Amino acid sequence: MISRRDFLQASVAATAIMGAGSAGNWSALAATQAMTQDDILKFDDYGNVTLVHITDIHAQAKPIYFREPSINIGVGDVIGLPPHVSGADFLKMFNMKPGMPEAYALSSVDFVALAKEYGKMGGLDRASTIVKSIRATRGDKMLMLDGGDTWQGSFVANKTNGQDMVDIMNVFKPDAMVSHWEFTLGEERVNEIIETLDFPFLGSNIFDNEWNEPAYDSTKMFEKNGVKIAVVGQAFPYLPIANPRWMFPSLSFGIREEELQKNITAARDDGADLVVLLSHNGFDVDRKLAGILTGVDVILTAHTHDALPEPVLVGKTMLIASGSNGKFVSRLDLDVQNGEIKGFKYKLIPVFSDVITPDPEMAKVIDDSRAPYEAELSTVLGRTDSLLYRRGNFNGTFDDLICQALLEERDADIALSPGFRWGPSLLPGQDITVEDVHNGTAMSYPEAYRTEMTGQLLKDVVEDIADNLFNTDPFLQSGGDMVRVGGMGYTIDVNKEIGSRITDMTLLKTGEKIDSAKTYTVAGWASVNEGTEGPAIWDVVADYLKREQTVEIEENTSVKVLGI
Amino acid sequence: MTISRRKVLGHGAGLGAVVVAGPLVVSSVAPAYAGAVEDIIAEFTGGTEPGSGKVTLGAPEIAENGNTVPIKVSVESAMSADDYAAEVLIIATGNPQPKVAILGFSPMSGSADASTRIRLAKTQDLIAIAKMSDGSFYRDTKTVKVTIGGCGG
Repeated sequence: MISRRDFLQASVAATAIMGAGSAGNWSALAATQAMTQDDILKFDDYGNVTLVHITDIHAQAKPIYFREPSINIGVGDVIGLPPHVSGADFLKMFNMKPGMPEAYALSSVDFVALAKEYGKMGGLDRASTIVKSIRATRGDKMLMLDGGDTWQGSFVANKTNGQDMVDIMNVFKPDAMVSHWEFTLGEERVNEIIETLDFPFLGSNIFDNEWNEPAYDSTKMFEKNGVKIAVVGQAFPYLPIANPRWMFPSLSFGIREEELQKNITAARDDGADLVVLLSHNGFDVDRKLAGILTGVDVILTAHTHDALPEPVLVGKTMLIASGSNGKFVSRLDLDVQNGEIKGFKYKLIPVFSDVITPDPEMAKVIDDSRAPYEAELSTVLGRTDSLLYRRGNFNGTFDDLICQALLEERDADIALSPGFRWGPSLLPGQDITVEDVHNGTAMSYPEAYRTEMTGQLLKDVVEDIADNLFNTDPFLQSGGDMVRVGGMGYTIDVNKEIGSRITDMTLLKTGEKIDSAKTYTVAGWASVNEGTEGPAIWDVVADYLKREQTVEIEENTSVKVLGI
Repeated sequence: MTISRRKVLGHGAGLGAVVVAGPLVVSSVAPAYAGAVEDIIAEFTGGTEPGSGKVTLGAPEIAENGNTVPIKVSVESAMSADDYAAEVLIIATGNPQPKVAILGFSPMSGSADASTRIRLAKTQDLIAIAKMSDGSFYRDTKTVKVTIGGCGG
């Protein structure tokens, strides 16, 4: 664990860029016990350009509870570095007091109690109020950038093939966007939507499979307040591995750092004063890239859903982490002179839904998109007596609910549920509605399969997924968090190599060790294989809830983590 | 494996390029091919130790599809009558048949660049060794990860 001072020395203080994040401001306003919209929006305009960043909304148009991870392990060079700091360590690193609004928004500490006190976060009508207020004073100096994972993740987005989110995002008037889950709508649908957008859909690393040529624009040059700003976009590099590649068969991705450098250099040669990488690489990939690429001033990170109250600096490159699910809007004011950042001011603006007034224009677009489905969305399936959450490296309670439903409804020995980072939380005592179940499951390949696997194959699969998360080279980390497992326990040593991280795989119902030669019945969902058959996962969970009525999910203790 | 004509033409594989792809079998066991790899290299170099530089092997960090992994190789060379890259050996060290191809070039090739797609049975190192017209050898290695489990986001 490094101290906050070490961290600052390693990042902010070690560079020539002078500026500040805003962690302190929130504390001040919380101390008065009267958080107001003006307090949240307060920002003394600075410099000559403003970047506004929102990312990984996952179609959460309405306010939600979203518990940040209590476990987010860093490996290799990033052990103990943000964002791999969680819970009380996070509060300590950023000098936040437990119980304050920022502690609620940014950490898992006392989550349930604070959620009741501070209420839901997000809601794109609230986010719109924030963006419009920035635009009011900085409109001619600002870029609004969408980091992707925008069109997927809710009942309505699923029903409308992302159209609700397209209409909603248009109110924000973005200047550019990048992508990941967008492509799970299918390549054709993505291209159909792009035709309708008033802003570019960028991807320096999206190539045509057949000719190995760029398939989308890499860069858009803007001029704001006399400053030439190049925005280079980067899609999630491992789409064809982490998601079904048959849904976008003509495209290839990858990090393609040489292509990225080529595009950045071209932007500089083209006279860019400021180069912004609008990225969906994930934080650790971007941190590594920041040390390799030359000419990038700001990387707006995404994918890993990290919310950091201060920029992380690598050399002269500033990394911004704006959270997920509409919880935050990032505002970065920059003083750009002679092709260099001379200073900055940053605020990760928390979208406290009870404090910020909804923007009526956006509220109407959201309500209209939901209107045809309201009755179904609000249908109550059951109730939870415990906190349900997903985010974190290993099983969250929402996933344990899904695994339990898979085991029982599909009569399986073992259940596997993907370690997605999206999916909001539910508090103890909350009803579980159709909308809530979809918020944790809505996607375009929901089939709940039932299959047989040998113990050896299970081990190979779990090892492989662990390496996708815990390989010490960020460029070789290709997925989400660890696969969630029901009906089976295991021990993992995150610091070992692939093939030797996982031990003590145990079938929970008998207490027996998993036998590599024996065959087990496995149920799961979200297979990347074409032609997967089974009922939609949300129906499986709904059936289970209707039968159980009330669920209470204890914290999972069957996964033991070593090496941290 | 299939290499479409369009693909090869599209990348200017070079007039003299000869692509020899070995038939590959995915095996559930993982035998050690190290001996075979050393033999293949020794046979190609005649025992000369390859230097580093000059040859660059390009491959994705992680294969999007292990059945068809795009790779490219290029050799820095004047490609003149008395100074050119003559051959490039490509080895997939973790495949049951590690010897993937020997690409042949001549001064007429103009440049020593080629790209193709190969099948990789599992995560492994790829090796490219260039034989120059003066009898020197250069080597580059890239690790390509082939993953079975993916769930992202």
